[in-house]
Amino acid sequence: MITKKSTPYLFLAPYLILFSVFIIIPTAMAIGLSFTNYNAVQTPEFIGLTNYINLLTQDTIFLQYVLPNTILFSVVVGPVGYMLAFFLAWSLSQLTKLPRTILALIIYSPSMTMGVAMTVVWRTVFLGNQSGIANYVLTQLGIITEPIIWMQNTQYIMPIVIIVALWSSMGVGFLAMLAGLLNVSPELYEAAAIDGVRNRFQEVFYITIPSMKPQMLFGAVMAVTNAFQAGNIGVMLTGSNPTPQYAAQLMVNHIEDYGFTRYEMGYAAAVSVALLGLIYSFSFVARRLFEEKD
Amino acid sequence: MAVGGTKVNPKKFEKGQIPLYLYLIPVAIFMGAPIIYIFNHAFKPMDELYAFPPKFFVNHPSLINFQNLMQTAAGSSIPISRYIFNSLVVTIGVVFLSVMISTMAGFALSKMKFKLNKPIFEVNNLALMFVATAVTIPRYLTISFVGILDTYWAHILPLIAMPVCLFLIKQFIDQVPNSLLEAAQLEGANAFTIYRKIIIPMVKPAIATGAILSFQAVWNNVETSNLFTSSEGIRTLSFYMNTLSGVGTVQGQGMAAAAALIMFIPNLLLFVIMQSNVMNTMAHSGLK
Repeated sequence: MITKKSTPYLFLAPYLILFSVFIIIPTAMAIGLSFTNYNAVQTPEFIGLTNYINLLTQDTIFLQYVLPNTILFSVVVGPVGYMLAFFLAWSLSQLTKLPRTILALIIYSPSMTMGVAMTVVWRTVFLGNQSGIANYVLTQLGIITEPIIWMQNTQYIMPIVIIVALWSSMGVGFLAMLAGLLNVSPELYEAAAIDGVRNRFQEVFYITIPSMKPQMLFGAVMAVTNAFQAGNIGVMLTGSNPTPQYAAQLMVNHIEDYGFTRYEMGYAAAVSVALLGLIYSFSFVARRLFEEKD
Repeated sequence: MAVGGTKVNPKKFEKGQIPLYLYLIPVAIFMGAPIIYIFNHAFKPMDELYAFPPKFFVNHPSLINFQNLMQTAAGSSIPISRYIFNSLVVTIGVVFLSVMISTMAGFALSKMKFKLNKPIFEVNNLALMFVATAVTIPRYLTISFVGILDTYWAHILPLIAMPVCLFLIKQFIDQVPNSLLEAAQLEGANAFTIYRKIIIPMVKPAIATGAILSFQAVWNNVETSNLFTSSEGIRTLSFYMNTLSGVGTVQGQGMAAAAALIMFIPNLLLFVIMQSNVMNTMAHSGLK
Protein backbone atom coordinates (compact mmCIF):
# COMPACT_ATOMS: atom_id res chain seq x y z
CA MET A 1 0.00 0.00 0.00
CA ILE A 2 1.11 3.53 0.64
CA THR A 3 4.74 3.18 1.48
CA LYS A 4 6.26 6.65 1.67
CA LYS A 5 7.89 6.66 5.07
CA SER A 6 6.72 9.94 6.53
CA THR A 7 3.08 9.74 5.41
CA PRO A 8 1.72 7.36 8.07
CA TYR A 9 3.14 9.45 10.87
CA LEU A 10 1.74 12.63 9.32
CA PHE A 11 -1.72 11.07 9.43
CA LEU A 12 -1.24 9.66 12.90
CA ALA A 13 0.38 12.69 14.48
CA PRO A 14 -2.73 14.63 15.64
CA TYR A 15 -4.28 11.56 17.22
CA LEU A 16 -1.06 10.33 18.76
CA ILE A 17 -0.21 13.70 20.28
CA LEU A 18 -3.59 14.10 21.97
CA PHE A 19 -3.67 10.43 22.91
CA SER A 20 -0.28 10.77 24.59
CA VAL A 21 -0.99 14.04 26.37
CA PHE A 22 -4.40 13.14 27.76
CA ILE A 23 -4.26 9.36 28.12
CA ILE A 24 -0.70 7.98 28.22
CA ILE A 25 0.98 10.77 30.19
CA PRO A 26 -1.74 11.02 32.86
CA THR A 27 -1.59 7.24 33.33
CA ALA A 28 2.20 7.35 33.63
CA MET A 29 1.92 10.30 36.02
CA ALA A 30 -0.57 8.44 38.18
CA ILE A 31 1.94 5.62 38.49
CA GLY A 32 4.74 8.08 39.28
CA LEU A 33 2.73 10.10 41.80
CA SER A 34 1.58 6.96 43.56
CA PHE A 35 5.11 6.66 45.03
CA THR A 36 5.05 10.18 46.42
CA ASN A 37 3.50 12.35 49.05
CA TYR A 38 1.94 15.24 47.17
CA ASN A 39 -0.52 17.87 48.35
CA ALA A 40 -0.86 19.77 45.06
CA VAL A 41 1.13 22.74 46.43
CA GLN A 42 4.59 21.55 47.43
CA THR A 43 6.81 19.43 45.19
CA PRO A 44 6.03 15.72 45.41
CA GLU A 45 8.22 13.91 47.90
CA PHE A 46 9.29 10.35 47.09
CA ILE A 47 8.11 7.92 49.74
CA GLY A 48 8.43 4.57 47.96
CA LEU A 49 5.68 2.07 48.54
CA THR A 50 4.24 3.81 51.60
CA ASN A 51 0.98 4.76 49.87
CA TYR A 52 0.35 1.21 48.77
CA ILE A 53 1.26 -0.16 52.19
CA ASN A 54 -1.12 2.31 53.82
CA LEU A 55 -3.82 1.44 51.33
CA LEU A 56 -3.61 -2.24 52.18
CA THR A 57 -3.02 -1.95 55.93
CA GLN A 58 -4.20 1.41 57.31
CA ASP A 59 -7.11 2.54 55.20
CA THR A 60 -9.95 0.80 57.01
CA ILE A 61 -12.57 2.58 54.92
CA PHE A 62 -10.95 1.24 51.77
CA LEU A 63 -10.68 -2.30 53.09
CA GLN A 64 -14.03 -2.41 54.83
CA TYR A 65 -16.22 -0.63 52.30
CA VAL A 66 -14.58 0.62 49.13
CA LEU A 67 -12.84 -2.56 47.98
CA PRO A 68 -15.71 -5.00 48.67
CA ASN A 69 -18.18 -2.51 47.17
CA THR A 70 -16.08 -2.10 44.05
CA ILE A 71 -15.68 -5.83 43.57
CA LEU A 72 -19.38 -6.51 44.10
CA PHE A 73 -20.40 -3.64 41.84
CA SER A 74 -17.97 -4.44 39.04
CA VAL A 75 -18.72 -8.17 39.04
CA VAL A 76 -22.47 -7.59 38.85
CA VAL A 77 -22.42 -4.69 36.41
CA GLY A 78 -19.47 -6.09 34.41
CA PRO A 79 -19.75 -9.85 33.81
CA VAL A 80 -23.40 -10.23 34.83
CA GLY A 81 -24.42 -7.17 32.83
CA TYR A 82 -22.42 -8.55 29.93
CA MET A 83 -24.17 -11.92 30.00
CA LEU A 84 -27.48 -10.11 30.20
CA ALA A 85 -26.51 -7.99 27.20
CA PHE A 86 -25.57 -11.10 25.23
CA PHE A 87 -28.79 -12.85 26.17
CA LEU A 88 -30.89 -9.85 25.15
CA ALA A 89 -28.98 -9.44 21.88
CA TRP A 90 -29.33 -13.16 21.17
CA SER A 91 -33.08 -12.99 21.74
CA LEU A 92 -33.45 -9.85 19.66
CA SER A 93 -31.52 -11.38 16.76
CA GLN A 94 -34.30 -13.91 16.33
CA LEU A 95 -37.00 -11.31 15.75
CA THR A 96 -38.07 -9.67 12.51
CA LYS A 97 -36.42 -6.38 11.61
CA LEU A 98 -38.92 -3.75 12.71
CA PRO A 99 -39.71 -5.02 16.23
CA ARG A 100 -36.04 -5.84 16.69
CA THR A 101 -34.97 -2.31 15.82
CA ILE A 102 -37.56 -0.73 18.09
CA LEU A 103 -36.79 -2.98 21.07
CA ALA A 104 -33.04 -2.58 20.59
CA LEU A 105 -33.44 1.19 20.54
CA ILE A 106 -35.43 1.15 23.77
CA ILE A 107 -32.93 -1.13 25.49
CA TYR A 108 -29.97 0.92 24.27
CA SER A 109 -31.38 4.37 25.02
CA PRO A 110 -30.67 4.49 28.79
CA SER A 111 -26.95 4.10 28.11
CA MET A 112 -26.82 7.23 25.94
CA THR A 113 -26.30 9.50 28.89
CA MET A 114 -24.31 6.93 30.89
CA GLY A 115 -27.25 6.99 33.29
CA VAL A 116 -25.95 10.05 35.03
CA ALA A 117 -28.28 12.63 33.50
CA MET A 118 -31.15 10.35 34.36
CA THR A 119 -30.49 10.16 38.08
CA VAL A 120 -33.29 12.68 38.56
CA VAL A 121 -35.78 9.98 37.50
CA TRP A 122 -34.39 7.42 39.87
CA ARG A 123 -34.34 9.93 42.68
CA THR A 124 -38.08 10.45 42.31
CA VAL A 125 -38.68 6.72 42.05
CA PHE A 126 -36.74 6.10 45.27
CA LEU A 127 -37.89 9.22 47.06
CA GLY A 128 -37.72 8.76 50.81
CA ASN A 129 -41.33 9.72 51.59
CA GLN A 130 -44.73 8.26 50.86
CA SER A 131 -45.10 9.96 47.50
CA GLY A 132 -42.03 8.20 46.10
CA ILE A 133 -43.10 5.67 43.50
CA ALA A 134 -41.25 2.71 45.01
CA ASN A 135 -42.62 3.44 48.49
CA TYR A 136 -46.12 3.95 47.15
CA VAL A 137 -46.18 0.70 45.21
CA LEU A 138 -44.74 -1.31 48.10
CA THR A 139 -47.25 0.25 50.52
CA GLN A 140 -50.13 -0.56 48.21
CA LEU A 141 -48.95 -4.14 47.93
CA GLY A 142 -48.83 -4.33 51.72
CA ILE A 143 -45.13 -5.15 51.77
CA ILE A 144 -44.16 -2.13 53.86
CA THR A 145 -46.10 0.09 56.23
CA GLU A 146 -43.62 2.94 56.71
CA PRO A 147 -41.93 4.64 53.75
CA ILE A 148 -38.28 3.61 53.37
CA ILE A 149 -35.70 6.38 53.16
CA TRP A 150 -33.93 4.60 50.31
CA MET A 151 -31.00 6.90 49.79
CA GLN A 152 -30.03 7.05 53.46
CA ASN A 153 -30.59 3.40 54.24
CA THR A 154 -27.26 1.64 53.87
CA GLN A 155 -29.01 -1.64 53.21
CA TYR A 156 -30.60 -0.38 50.00
CA ILE A 157 -28.16 2.12 48.51
CA MET A 158 -25.87 -0.42 46.87
CA PRO A 159 -28.62 -2.57 45.29
CA ILE A 160 -30.24 0.60 43.89
CA VAL A 161 -26.94 1.82 42.49
CA ILE A 162 -26.41 -1.57 40.86
CA ILE A 163 -29.91 -1.58 39.33
CA VAL A 164 -29.41 1.90 37.89
CA ALA A 165 -25.97 0.96 36.55
CA LEU A 166 -27.32 -2.21 34.92
CA TRP A 167 -30.19 -0.23 33.49
CA SER A 168 -27.77 2.09 31.76
CA SER A 169 -25.25 -0.58 30.74
CA MET A 170 -26.70 -1.85 27.45
CA GLY A 171 -24.42 0.32 25.34
CA VAL A 172 -22.01 -0.03 22.45
CA GLY A 173 -21.04 -3.57 23.47
CA PHE A 174 -24.66 -4.67 23.37
CA LEU A 175 -25.07 -3.22 19.87
CA ALA A 176 -21.84 -4.84 18.71
CA MET A 177 -22.96 -8.25 19.91
CA LEU A 178 -26.35 -7.80 18.24
CA ALA A 179 -24.64 -6.94 14.96
CA GLY A 180 -22.29 -9.90 15.39
CA LEU A 181 -25.20 -12.29 16.01
CA LEU A 182 -26.97 -11.08 12.88
CA ASN A 183 -23.84 -11.82 10.85
CA VAL A 184 -23.41 -15.46 11.87
CA SER A 185 -23.98 -17.39 8.67
CA PRO A 186 -27.20 -19.47 8.63
CA GLU A 187 -25.33 -22.34 6.93
CA LEU A 188 -23.40 -22.86 10.15
CA TYR A 189 -26.61 -23.56 12.03
CA GLU A 190 -27.80 -25.92 9.32
CA ALA A 191 -24.51 -27.80 9.31
CA ALA A 192 -24.61 -28.00 13.09
CA ALA A 193 -28.09 -29.50 13.01
CA ILE A 194 -26.82 -32.21 10.68
CA ASP A 195 -23.83 -32.79 12.97
CA GLY A 196 -26.16 -33.55 15.84
CA VAL A 197 -26.45 -30.30 17.76
CA ARG A 198 -29.68 -30.92 19.57
CA ASN A 199 -30.73 -27.88 21.55
CA ARG A 200 -30.30 -24.12 21.66
CA PHE A 201 -27.81 -24.27 24.51
CA GLN A 202 -25.46 -26.41 22.46
CA GLU A 203 -26.05 -24.18 19.48
CA VAL A 204 -25.13 -21.03 21.41
CA PHE A 205 -21.99 -22.55 22.93
CA TYR A 206 -20.71 -24.52 19.95
CA ILE A 207 -21.80 -22.36 17.02
CA THR A 208 -22.89 -18.86 17.91
CA ILE A 209 -20.24 -17.76 20.41
CA PRO A 210 -17.24 -19.31 18.62
CA SER A 211 -18.21 -17.69 15.33
CA MET A 212 -18.49 -14.22 16.82
CA LYS A 213 -15.58 -14.25 19.27
CA PRO A 214 -14.21 -10.86 18.15
CA GLN A 215 -17.54 -9.18 18.89
CA MET A 216 -17.80 -11.07 22.17
CA LEU A 217 -14.41 -9.70 23.19
CA PHE A 218 -15.25 -6.16 22.13
CA GLY A 219 -18.51 -6.44 24.08
CA ALA A 220 -16.66 -7.71 27.14
CA VAL A 221 -14.13 -4.89 27.03
CA MET A 222 -16.93 -2.34 26.71
CA ALA A 223 -18.83 -3.96 29.59
CA VAL A 224 -15.83 -3.76 31.89
CA THR A 225 -15.08 -0.16 30.95
CA ASN A 226 -18.70 0.80 31.36
CA ALA A 227 -18.89 -0.82 34.79
CA PHE A 228 -16.00 1.27 36.05
CA GLN A 229 -17.14 4.45 34.39
CA ALA A 230 -20.54 4.16 36.06
CA GLY A 231 -18.87 4.77 39.41
CA ASN A 232 -20.45 8.17 39.87
CA ILE A 233 -24.03 6.96 39.99
CA GLY A 234 -23.94 6.40 43.75
CA VAL A 235 -22.70 9.91 44.42
CA MET A 236 -25.25 11.37 42.02
CA LEU A 237 -28.13 9.43 43.58
CA THR A 238 -27.34 10.14 47.20
CA GLY A 239 -26.05 13.62 46.49
CA SER A 240 -22.94 13.23 48.60
CA ASN A 241 -19.38 11.96 48.39
CA PRO A 242 -18.73 9.97 50.53
CA THR A 243 -22.05 8.19 50.16
CA PRO A 244 -23.95 7.68 53.46
CA GLN A 245 -21.77 5.49 55.69
CA TYR A 246 -19.76 4.55 52.59
CA ALA A 247 -22.56 2.20 51.57
CA ALA A 248 -22.00 2.70 47.84
CA GLN A 249 -18.46 4.07 47.97
CA LEU A 250 -16.48 2.83 44.97
CA MET A 251 -12.81 3.27 44.15
CA VAL A 252 -13.59 6.06 41.70
CA ASN A 253 -15.33 7.99 44.50
CA HIS A 254 -12.52 7.21 46.94
CA ILE A 255 -10.04 8.73 44.48
CA GLU A 256 -12.06 11.93 44.22
CA ASP A 257 -12.57 12.04 47.95
CA TYR A 258 -8.81 11.90 48.59
CA GLY A 259 -7.73 13.88 45.56
CA PHE A 260 -10.16 16.77 45.50
CA THR A 261 -11.51 16.94 49.04
CA ARG A 262 -8.37 16.15 51.04
CA TYR A 263 -5.73 17.05 48.45
CA GLU A 264 -3.75 13.90 49.17
CA MET A 265 -2.83 13.52 45.51
CA GLY A 266 -0.11 10.92 45.97
CA TYR A 267 -2.41 8.65 47.92
CA ALA A 268 -5.26 9.18 45.45
CA ALA A 269 -2.85 8.24 42.64
CA ALA A 270 -2.06 4.96 44.39
CA VAL A 271 -5.79 4.19 44.52
CA SER A 272 -5.98 5.05 40.78
CA VAL A 273 -3.22 2.60 39.97
CA ALA A 274 -4.94 -0.10 42.02
CA LEU A 275 -8.15 0.65 40.09
CA LEU A 276 -6.42 0.45 36.71
CA GLY A 277 -4.92 -2.87 37.83
CA LEU A 278 -8.37 -4.16 38.68
CA ILE A 279 -9.78 -3.04 35.30
CA TYR A 280 -6.98 -4.75 33.43
CA SER A 281 -7.33 -7.96 35.40
CA PHE A 282 -10.97 -8.12 34.33
CA SER A 283 -10.10 -7.54 30.71
CA PHE A 284 -7.30 -10.09 30.93
CA VAL A 285 -9.88 -12.73 31.81
CA ALA A 286 -12.05 -11.58 28.89
CA ARG A 287 -9.10 -11.87 26.51
CA ARG A 288 -8.31 -15.34 27.76
CA LEU A 289 -11.89 -16.39 27.08
CA PHE A 290 -12.40 -14.93 23.64
CA GLU A 291 -9.05 -14.34 22.01
CA GLU A 292 -8.73 -16.07 18.62
CA LYS A 293 -6.00 -18.65 18.86
CA ASP A 294 -4.31 -18.76 15.51
CA MET B 1 -33.46 -25.63 8.97
CA ALA B 2 -31.65 -25.92 12.26
CA VAL B 3 -33.11 -28.47 14.62
CA GLY B 4 -32.54 -26.20 17.58
CA GLY B 5 -34.83 -23.71 15.91
CA THR B 6 -32.55 -20.68 16.13
CA LYS B 7 -33.49 -18.65 13.12
CA VAL B 8 -31.51 -15.46 12.83
CA ASN B 9 -33.07 -12.37 11.30
CA PRO B 10 -36.31 -14.05 10.17
CA LYS B 11 -38.29 -12.42 7.40
CA LYS B 12 -41.72 -12.85 8.93
CA PHE B 13 -43.42 -13.41 12.24
CA GLU B 14 -43.71 -17.01 13.40
CA LYS B 15 -45.20 -18.64 16.47
CA GLY B 16 -41.77 -19.59 17.70
CA GLN B 17 -41.01 -15.93 18.37
CA ILE B 18 -43.76 -15.52 20.95
CA PRO B 19 -41.69 -16.78 23.93
CA LEU B 20 -39.01 -14.21 23.06
CA TYR B 21 -41.56 -11.41 23.15
CA LEU B 22 -42.83 -12.68 26.49
CA TYR B 23 -39.64 -11.56 28.21
CA LEU B 24 -38.28 -8.96 25.79
CA ILE B 25 -41.32 -6.74 26.15
CA PRO B 26 -41.18 -6.61 29.98
CA VAL B 27 -37.43 -5.89 29.74
CA ALA B 28 -38.12 -3.10 27.26
CA ILE B 29 -40.77 -1.69 29.59
CA PHE B 30 -38.30 -1.65 32.47
CA MET B 31 -35.65 0.00 30.31
CA GLY B 32 -38.00 2.49 28.70
CA ALA B 33 -40.23 3.40 31.65
CA PRO B 34 -37.81 5.85 33.27
CA ILE B 35 -37.46 7.63 29.95
CA ILE B 36 -41.23 7.81 29.39
CA TYR B 37 -41.47 8.99 32.99
CA ILE B 38 -39.07 11.87 32.46
CA PHE B 39 -41.08 13.00 29.43
CA ASN B 40 -44.19 13.08 31.62
CA HIS B 41 -42.56 14.46 34.74
CA ALA B 42 -41.06 17.41 32.89
CA PHE B 43 -44.53 18.58 31.82
CA LYS B 44 -46.27 18.12 35.19
CA PRO B 45 -47.61 21.25 36.88
CA MET B 46 -46.66 21.86 40.53
CA ASP B 47 -49.63 20.07 42.11
CA GLU B 48 -49.02 16.92 40.08
CA LEU B 49 -45.28 16.74 40.77
CA TYR B 50 -45.79 15.77 44.38
CA ALA B 51 -49.33 14.49 44.13
CA PHE B 52 -50.33 11.67 46.41
CA PRO B 53 -50.75 8.99 45.21
CA PRO B 54 -47.85 9.66 42.81
CA LYS B 55 -48.83 9.69 39.14
CA PHE B 56 -46.75 8.20 36.36
CA PHE B 57 -48.43 10.06 33.50
CA VAL B 58 -49.10 13.76 33.33
CA ASN B 59 -52.76 14.83 33.45
CA HIS B 60 -52.63 18.49 32.56
CA PRO B 61 -49.39 19.09 30.69
CA SER B 62 -47.87 22.50 31.30
CA LEU B 63 -44.68 24.30 30.41
CA ILE B 64 -44.29 25.71 33.92
CA ASN B 65 -41.12 23.71 34.64
CA PHE B 66 -39.47 24.99 31.50
CA GLN B 67 -40.55 28.54 32.36
CA ASN B 68 -39.13 28.19 35.86
CA LEU B 69 -35.94 26.90 34.36
CA MET B 70 -35.63 29.95 32.11
CA GLN B 71 -36.48 32.29 34.97
CA THR B 72 -33.93 30.78 37.33
CA ALA B 73 -31.36 31.04 34.61
CA ALA B 74 -32.31 34.66 33.95
CA GLY B 75 -31.92 35.40 37.67
CA SER B 76 -28.36 34.12 37.77
CA SER B 77 -25.46 36.20 36.54
CA ILE B 78 -24.96 34.04 33.44
CA PRO B 79 -27.84 33.83 30.93
CA ILE B 80 -28.78 30.34 29.80
CA SER B 81 -27.99 31.29 26.21
CA ARG B 82 -24.36 31.51 27.27
CA TYR B 83 -24.34 27.91 28.53
CA ILE B 84 -26.05 26.78 25.34
CA PHE B 85 -23.52 28.66 23.24
CA ASN B 86 -20.64 27.13 25.19
CA SER B 87 -22.06 23.64 24.81
CA LEU B 88 -22.51 24.10 21.08
CA VAL B 89 -18.97 25.36 20.57
CA VAL B 90 -17.49 22.57 22.66
CA THR B 91 -19.67 19.81 21.20
CA ILE B 92 -19.17 20.80 17.58
CA GLY B 93 -15.44 21.19 18.20
CA VAL B 94 -15.03 17.78 19.80
CA VAL B 95 -17.21 15.87 17.35
CA PHE B 96 -15.60 17.43 14.29
CA LEU B 97 -12.02 17.14 15.49
CA SER B 98 -12.33 13.66 16.92
CA VAL B 99 -13.87 12.31 13.73
CA MET B 100 -11.21 14.01 11.69
CA ILE B 101 -8.20 12.77 13.63
CA SER B 102 -9.70 9.28 14.09
CA THR B 103 -10.33 8.84 10.37
CA MET B 104 -6.82 10.08 9.58
CA ALA B 105 -5.23 7.76 12.13
CA GLY B 106 -7.54 4.92 11.13
CA PHE B 107 -6.53 5.32 7.50
CA ALA B 108 -2.86 5.16 8.42
CA LEU B 109 -3.30 2.11 10.68
CA SER B 110 -5.49 0.27 8.22
CA LYS B 111 -3.92 0.99 4.85
CA MET B 112 -0.30 1.94 5.37
CA LYS B 113 2.70 -0.26 6.09
CA PHE B 114 5.12 1.05 8.67
CA LYS B 115 7.08 -0.31 11.56
CA LEU B 116 4.98 0.89 14.48
CA ASN B 117 1.63 0.05 12.92
CA LYS B 118 0.85 -3.01 15.03
CA PRO B 119 2.21 -1.67 18.34
CA ILE B 120 0.22 1.57 18.02
CA PHE B 121 -2.99 -0.31 17.33
CA GLU B 122 -2.28 -2.63 20.26
CA VAL B 123 -1.77 0.29 22.63
CA ASN B 124 -4.99 1.84 21.40
CA ASN B 125 -6.79 -1.46 22.04
CA LEU B 126 -5.50 -1.48 25.60
CA ALA B 127 -6.69 2.10 25.96
CA LEU B 128 -10.24 1.03 25.07
CA MET B 129 -10.40 0.26 28.77
CA PHE B 130 -9.16 3.68 29.77
CA VAL B 131 -11.38 5.16 32.47
CA ALA B 132 -10.76 8.89 32.56
CA THR B 133 -12.12 9.35 36.07
CA ALA B 134 -9.42 7.05 37.40
CA VAL B 135 -6.70 9.49 36.39
CA THR B 136 -8.57 12.75 36.87
CA ILE B 137 -5.82 14.27 38.98
CA PRO B 138 -2.87 13.77 36.63
CA ARG B 139 -5.18 14.87 33.80
CA TYR B 140 -5.83 18.05 35.70
CA LEU B 141 -2.09 18.51 36.14
CA THR B 142 -1.35 18.00 32.44
CA ILE B 143 -4.12 20.40 31.47
CA SER B 144 -2.77 23.02 33.81
CA PHE B 145 0.76 22.37 32.49
CA VAL B 146 -0.40 22.81 28.88
CA GLY B 147 -1.89 26.09 30.06
CA ILE B 148 -5.46 25.64 28.91
CA LEU B 149 -7.20 25.60 32.31
CA ASP B 150 -10.37 27.66 32.23
CA THR B 151 -10.51 27.97 28.43
CA TYR B 152 -12.68 26.29 25.82
CA TRP B 153 -9.72 24.06 25.01
CA ALA B 154 -9.98 22.47 28.46
CA HIS B 155 -13.38 21.11 27.41
CA ILE B 156 -12.30 20.14 23.93
CA LEU B 157 -8.75 18.80 23.83
CA PRO B 158 -8.98 16.11 26.52
CA LEU B 159 -11.97 14.48 24.81
CA ILE B 160 -10.83 14.42 21.19
CA ALA B 161 -8.69 11.30 21.21
CA MET B 162 -11.25 8.54 21.80
CA PRO B 163 -9.74 5.05 21.52
CA VAL B 164 -13.12 3.47 20.78
CA CYS B 165 -13.73 5.85 17.85
CA LEU B 166 -10.36 5.12 16.32
CA PHE B 167 -10.90 1.42 16.82
CA LEU B 168 -14.32 1.29 15.15
CA ILE B 169 -13.28 3.54 12.28
CA LYS B 170 -10.08 1.58 11.63
CA GLN B 171 -11.97 -1.70 11.57
CA PHE B 172 -14.38 -0.20 9.07
CA ILE B 173 -11.64 1.15 6.83
CA ASP B 174 -10.28 -2.42 6.69
CA GLN B 175 -13.31 -3.24 4.53
CA VAL B 176 -12.34 -0.73 1.82
CA PRO B 177 -10.76 -2.82 -0.95
CA ASN B 178 -7.04 -2.20 -1.46
CA SER B 179 -7.45 -2.43 -5.24
CA LEU B 180 -9.46 0.78 -5.18
CA LEU B 181 -6.66 2.66 -3.47
CA GLU B 182 -4.04 1.13 -5.75
CA ALA B 183 -5.98 2.23 -8.83
CA ALA B 184 -6.19 5.75 -7.46
CA GLN B 185 -2.48 5.70 -6.75
CA LEU B 186 -1.71 4.65 -10.31
CA GLU B 187 -3.65 7.66 -11.49
CA GLY B 188 -1.33 9.78 -9.42
CA ALA B 189 -3.45 10.45 -6.34
CA ASN B 190 -1.40 11.06 -3.20
CA ALA B 191 -2.33 9.93 0.31
CA PHE B 192 -4.26 13.10 1.11
CA THR B 193 -6.33 12.87 -2.05
CA ILE B 194 -7.08 9.21 -1.34
CA TYR B 195 -8.10 10.11 2.20
CA ARG B 196 -10.40 12.88 1.02
CA LYS B 197 -11.83 11.35 -2.13
CA ILE B 198 -12.03 7.64 -1.27
CA ILE B 199 -11.74 6.89 2.44
CA ILE B 200 -14.05 9.59 3.77
CA PRO B 201 -16.93 8.90 1.36
CA MET B 202 -16.65 5.14 1.83
CA VAL B 203 -16.64 5.02 5.61
CA LYS B 204 -19.60 7.32 6.26
CA PRO B 205 -21.36 4.78 8.55
CA ALA B 206 -18.26 4.59 10.76
CA ILE B 207 -17.99 8.36 10.75
CA ALA B 208 -21.61 8.63 11.87
CA THR B 209 -20.93 6.14 14.66
CA GLY B 210 -17.79 7.93 15.77
CA ALA B 211 -19.69 11.20 15.72
CA ILE B 212 -22.46 9.78 17.93
CA LEU B 213 -20.02 8.32 20.44
CA SER B 214 -18.03 11.52 20.72
CA PHE B 215 -21.25 13.52 20.89
CA GLN B 216 -22.38 11.43 23.85
CA ALA B 217 -19.02 11.82 25.52
CA VAL B 218 -18.97 15.61 25.24
CA TRP B 219 -22.62 16.71 25.35
CA ASN B 220 -23.29 14.89 28.63
CA ASN B 221 -19.92 15.72 30.14
CA VAL B 222 -20.01 17.48 33.48
CA GLU B 223 -16.45 16.77 34.56
CA THR B 224 -14.59 19.15 32.30
CA SER B 225 -16.72 22.04 33.58
CA ASN B 226 -16.41 20.88 37.16
CA LEU B 227 -12.71 20.24 37.22
CA PHE B 228 -10.96 22.13 34.45
CA THR B 229 -12.78 25.47 34.50
CA SER B 230 -13.36 27.97 37.26
CA SER B 231 -15.26 30.84 35.63
CA GLU B 232 -19.01 30.35 35.30
CA GLY B 233 -19.07 32.00 31.87
CA ILE B 234 -17.13 29.19 30.26
CA ARG B 235 -19.04 26.23 31.66
CA THR B 236 -21.44 24.10 29.64
CA LEU B 237 -25.16 23.43 29.59
CA SER B 238 -24.76 19.93 31.03
CA PHE B 239 -22.95 21.42 34.02
CA TYR B 240 -25.69 24.01 34.55
CA MET B 241 -28.47 21.44 34.18
CA ASN B 242 -26.65 19.25 36.65
CA THR B 243 -26.52 21.97 39.30
CA LEU B 244 -30.31 22.23 39.06
CA SER B 245 -30.88 18.59 39.91
CA GLY B 246 -29.25 19.24 43.27
CA VAL B 247 -32.08 21.58 44.32
CA GLY B 248 -34.33 19.66 46.67
CA THR B 249 -37.51 21.74 46.44
CA VAL B 250 -40.67 20.77 44.54
CA GLN B 251 -39.91 23.48 42.03
CA GLY B 252 -36.35 22.14 41.76
CA GLN B 253 -37.65 18.66 41.04
CA GLY B 254 -39.73 19.86 38.13
CA MET B 255 -36.90 21.96 36.77
CA ALA B 256 -34.48 19.05 37.07
CA ALA B 257 -36.83 16.85 35.07
CA ALA B 258 -37.18 19.53 32.41
CA ALA B 259 -33.40 19.93 32.33
CA ALA B 260 -32.80 16.18 32.05
CA LEU B 261 -35.25 16.05 29.17
CA ILE B 262 -33.55 18.92 27.34
CA MET B 263 -30.20 17.16 27.72
CA PHE B 264 -31.54 13.76 26.69
CA ILE B 265 -33.46 14.62 23.52
CA PRO B 266 -30.47 15.48 21.30
CA ASN B 267 -28.88 12.11 22.23
CA LEU B 268 -32.04 10.26 21.29
CA LEU B 269 -32.68 12.13 18.03
CA LEU B 270 -29.14 11.70 16.83
CA PHE B 271 -29.16 7.99 17.50
CA VAL B 272 -32.56 7.39 15.90
CA ILE B 273 -31.44 9.21 12.76
CA MET B 274 -28.15 7.34 12.54
CA GLN B 275 -29.05 3.92 13.93
CA SER B 276 -28.67 1.96 10.69
CA ASN B 277 -25.19 3.45 10.23
CA VAL B 278 -24.30 2.45 13.77
CA MET B 279 -25.43 -1.15 13.29
CA ASN B 280 -23.51 -1.30 10.04
CA THR B 281 -20.35 -0.17 11.84
CA MET B 282 -20.86 -2.55 14.74
CA ALA B 283 -20.89 -5.49 12.34
CA HIS B 284 -17.17 -4.81 11.87
CA SER B 285 -16.40 -4.10 15.51
CA GLY B 286 -14.72 -7.41 16.31
CA LEU B 287 -11.69 -7.23 18.62
CA LYS B 288 -9.17 -9.89 17.73
